Amino acid sequence: MKKITLGLCFLAVSVALATAALVWHLNTRDEPDLSSRVPVLNATPELLARGAYLARAGNCAACHTTRGGTPYAGGRGVDTPFGTVYSSNLTPEVRTGIGNWSAAEFWRALHNGRSKDGRLLYPAFPYPSYTTVTRADSDALYAYLHSQPATVQPATPHALRWPFDQQAALAVWRALYFVPATFQSEPAQSAEWNRGAYLVRGLGHCAACHTARNALGATNDRLDLAGGLIPVQNWYAPSLTSSQETGMHDWPLEDAVHLLQTGVAPLGTVLGPMAEVVQQSTQYLSLQDLTAMVVYLKALPQTPVESARNVPNTPRNVERGAKLYDQHCVQCHGAQGQGVAGAYPALAGNRAVTLASTANLVHVVRQGGFAPATAGNPRPFGMPPFVLVLNDADIATVLTHIRASWGNHAAPVTELEVGRLR
Amino acid sequence: MRASIPALFLFLSLASHAAAPPFEDTIAQRTQACTACHGKEGRAASDGYYPRIAGKPAGYLYHQLLNFREGRRHYGLMVQMVDPLSNAYLMEIAQYFSQLDLPYPAPQPSNTTAEVLRRGQVLVQQGDAMRQIPACVQCHGAALTGVAPNIPGLLGLPRDYLNAQLGAWRTGQRRAHAPDCMGTVARQLSPDEVNAATSWLAAQPLPVNTHPAAAMPALPSGAKAILCGSAP
Repeated sequence: MKKITLGLCFLAVSVALATAALVWHLNTRDEPDLSSRVPVLNATPELLARGAYLARAGNCAACHTTRGGTPYAGGRGVDTPFGTVYSSNLTPEVRTGIGNWSAAEFWRALHNGRSKDGRLLYPAFPYPSYTTVTRADSDALYAYLHSQPATVQPATPHALRWPFDQQAALAVWRALYFVPATFQSEPAQSAEWNRGAYLVRGLGHCAACHTARNALGATNDRLDLAGGLIPVQNWYAPSLTSSQETGMHDWPLEDAVHLLQTGVAPLGTVLGPMAEVVQQSTQYLSLQDLTAMVVYLKALPQTPVESARNVPNTPRNVERGAKLYDQHCVQCHGAQGQGVAGAYPALAGNRAVTLASTANLVHVVRQGGFAPATAGNPRPFGMPPFVLVLNDADIATVLTHIRASWGNHAAPVTELEVGRLR
Repeated sequence: MRASIPALFLFLSLASHAAAPPFEDTIAQRTQACTACHGKEGRAASDGYYPRIAGKPAGYLYHQLLNFREGRRHYGLMVQMVDPLSNAYLMEIAQYFSQLDLPYPAPQPSNTTAEVLRRGQVLVQQGDAMRQIPACVQCHGAALTGVAPNIPGLLGLPRDYLNAQLGAWRTGQRRAHAPDCMGTVARQLSPDEVNAATSWLAAQPLPVNTHPAAAMPALPSGAKAILCGSAP
């Protein structure tokens, strides 16, 4: 009996050690040799300009800057279902920033998700996407960030719940869901497609929002870019692989480019988190790169989306919905949901209106808001917030009307759904 | 008959929308998101919380828009409204509302005691030299209609709004660029003094000339000039 217990203990310890060794091994794959002497980067104006451009493409400043704070000095909280992760100081300050990081250490952070001191980084920093960024681009980013004014701003400690605050838990997560990768170009595809893939998959980190996450916050490869609800913010990033959602397959190329460049297009306006992306990132990208991204997005394999439930609406609700629409919406969006070209989006045939997920619609009606002010659309029109005017039942009723009028055939919205999205 | 029913519907639907003004590409049209809460042409909402923005100095309005965007003021709806907008556009919006010259409503009837109102009047017009509390008129203009371009008028605002703002300054919820002179002033006032000052202000009618003064009033003898980051 004693022998069996001892044997079991031995087995358990062995399995634990083997697992730990495996996790350790999986966490240290493809790490660069930090000891090798690398010549100091020659920060030419060209390299700095390239780094600045790439920082826009990666939208680094969005997370690494607090409201009204010094650009890249970090400290902004990113809310996740596991707690809040605070961004780090990317300015070249020696004690609190990346002033004493080498280019290789910076590259290891992007490529392997590991900090200078060896700590594993939380994937709120989207290194599962950034891992495919080339070393040359990483060096340009490094040089650019090192050209910024050094700002003393100590890191805010993350506020994560146990066990998510443990490095060991993060190591297991990484063993399960993170593989360092190098961008592999597809010789069968055009150079343009490959450039687009590199940007969309890498610095653009589109998958961070547009791919659904599992219970442990990992993006699911099988549902690649097929849409996902952004945790905590509760905005739905629609599928890029379906023409029923926000897929670009059926859109004219120039419209899709225009959307990323200006925030508005004949058939759509960017809203919520995507407005921030356009305003701070994509509007600054070259026409060539935006075109490449759209070429890649248009060629994504199409996947079907959840079809809307067909629940009949009650006559009383129909009447009330039409009345609310007439009171609050018709002035801008028109009696036929036709909108006003260049100002107010049409609601008839608008994919944002007929999405299966109603999260964005509810946000927009409640909060209103402006399209992003961009060089191509510097004076956007705004939509009033209705949170003070319409209650949850009203919002559900008027949205149900909009989703079922002028050729739209989307499922009704329930008051419960609206209430849940507070 | 068959054809006339749709025609009748068309007529009815046209008739019901006859009131809607035709679309015009104007800055008023572009800023409907603002006037939904701040009232028609920014003349304030009836609930007493969303303040009048029409006729406030452009620099003041612009700084408030930036303060919301940059985290010195906090109100979720406002923050997400200004988040995607550029400085240039925010300035254009500020200038548009500052140029609107609209009549002011009559002051709110006051249910405060004469004693409290007197105390408020003294604070507003003389401050408290002993405690180095400046008079409101020292910066907000002798007529309290503000000073262009950065200092707002204090009349024609509901007492609730004034109380909320002074309260927010006391707790640090509302801030301005350093040195935050209003924060300093508000923290020196007791809640009773805040109430007295706002009660008196909200009860005053506007003078004939409601426009902000062009220049700061002369500093009264003995008063100390105040440094304000919001009105450099």
